[in-house]
Amino acid sequence: MAGVRVLVGTRKGAFVLTADGKRERWEVDGPHFGGWELYHLKGSPVAPDRIWASQSTSWFGQLIQRSDDGGRTWEPVGNEFTYEGVPGTHQWYDGTPHPWEFARVWHLEPSLTDPDSIYAGVEDAALFHSADGGASWQELPGLREHGSGPAWQPGAGGMCLHTILQDPTDPARLFVAISAAGAFRSDDGAKTWKPINRGLQSEGIPDPDAEVGHCVHRIAMHPSNPDVLFMQKHWDVMRSDDGGESWREVSGNLPTDFGFPIDVHAHEPETIYVVPIKSDSEHYPPDGKLRVYRSRTGGDEWEALTEGLPQANCYVNVLRDAMAVDGLDPCGVYFGTTGGQVYASADAGDGWAPIVRDLPAVLSVEVQTLA
Amino acid sequence: MVGEEVGVIRVVLPAHLRTLAQVDGEVRLEVDGAVTTAAVLDALEARYPTLKGTIRDRATGKRRGFVRFFACEEDLSHDPPDAPLPPEVVDGKEPFFVVGAMAGG
Repeated sequence: MAGVRVLVGTRKGAFVLTADGKRERWEVDGPHFGGWELYHLKGSPVAPDRIWASQSTSWFGQLIQRSDDGGRTWEPVGNEFTYEGVPGTHQWYDGTPHPWEFARVWHLEPSLTDPDSIYAGVEDAALFHSADGGASWQELPGLREHGSGPAWQPGAGGMCLHTILQDPTDPARLFVAISAAGAFRSDDGAKTWKPINRGLQSEGIPDPDAEVGHCVHRIAMHPSNPDVLFMQKHWDVMRSDDGGESWREVSGNLPTDFGFPIDVHAHEPETIYVVPIKSDSEHYPPDGKLRVYRSRTGGDEWEALTEGLPQANCYVNVLRDAMAVDGLDPCGVYFGTTGGQVYASADAGDGWAPIVRDLPAVLSVEVQTLA
Repeated sequence: MVGEEVGVIRVVLPAHLRTLAQVDGEVRLEVDGAVTTAAVLDALEARYPTLKGTIRDRATGKRRGFVRFFACEEDLSHDPPDAPLPPEVVDGKEPFFVVGAMAGG
């Protein structure tokens, strides 16, 4: 029977949550790497028992762990992330030049076709790739060496490359997003990149519609329609219908358009999900009500999904990598909170129930749909 | 000269690194040549490659900011990496401590 495996990264370890296709009864396995920060875990789409995990602490730095048995056992693989050449400088918070320094891996994106190939998005922002299952990592320097690099600035969480999207119809086409530089696209297998931020308006930067400098929080794509991108920006929910060449705002009737994650229904390319957060200075849901908002029209018109979610005194946040969908029918939707809850909906968001309530703060949630 | 011979150096790792290296208790290392912090860490990383990057920064080779080195009730963290370690460490009478700084949650 089909099932799902939910990979949860937290401030103090990783957890693997499994259920059959009904998604009612869950087994919780963990913590793995207890005491370490797990910014992200993700499995290979072509070899689902192969899972990578980004493990780090401020004390002991960055490790990459790999499992080849679905998360039961793990082995450290390569952890050397060296920028190509002399990395130069980006802007620091005070506007002064600051040398590029590796801090951690924020996001791991396994190849859609090759189980040994995986991308890593890191802080300070750069894109790395491994062709040998994670044993060694090479920077793809065309992104960092895009002429705008010296103007990039860190967001509050650091200057992180947090989103990597692969076009399933064109292996040479990649999208990435960096806080707070913006979104970029490559059409030649990551050799060269162009900023794709036209239409973004960010009032917190000197030129509100500058080519770079936008605090993009997350981008999502439906694999059947890779020219359509959805973006949760610092403020504003945005949509592009031309592969990022231009964007328009689709925040519509959201109670607030600040937030972090955005995701797309597995079977309905125009059904998208966000979690509105009160503001950039108050990182919790408005009115103490935890509400996922769903649009079935690709934006502009949104409905609140509240059944099973706390509707009073809730002041958690949902971070950018902490929402995912499974591939079952009906589509399952999952998200984790900074309060340690992981919520699941087995009916595309109509109703929710916590899988677990008391984990450490959740940094990331990914879902694998198992045959 | 003792420092020119192969000595057995005792190293105490913090809990997270013991878990990572899959060791219990002290690590005993043979160190060729002069026994310095750098030589001890070189030998440690050669024995346990998974510790590369966890004590010294991969790019700079410098001690990570929240890692400290103690021995004989002294903080050696700011000594040059090629400075000789105390004779008690060289003789194996005292361990060399790798410590995670007390900071944060």
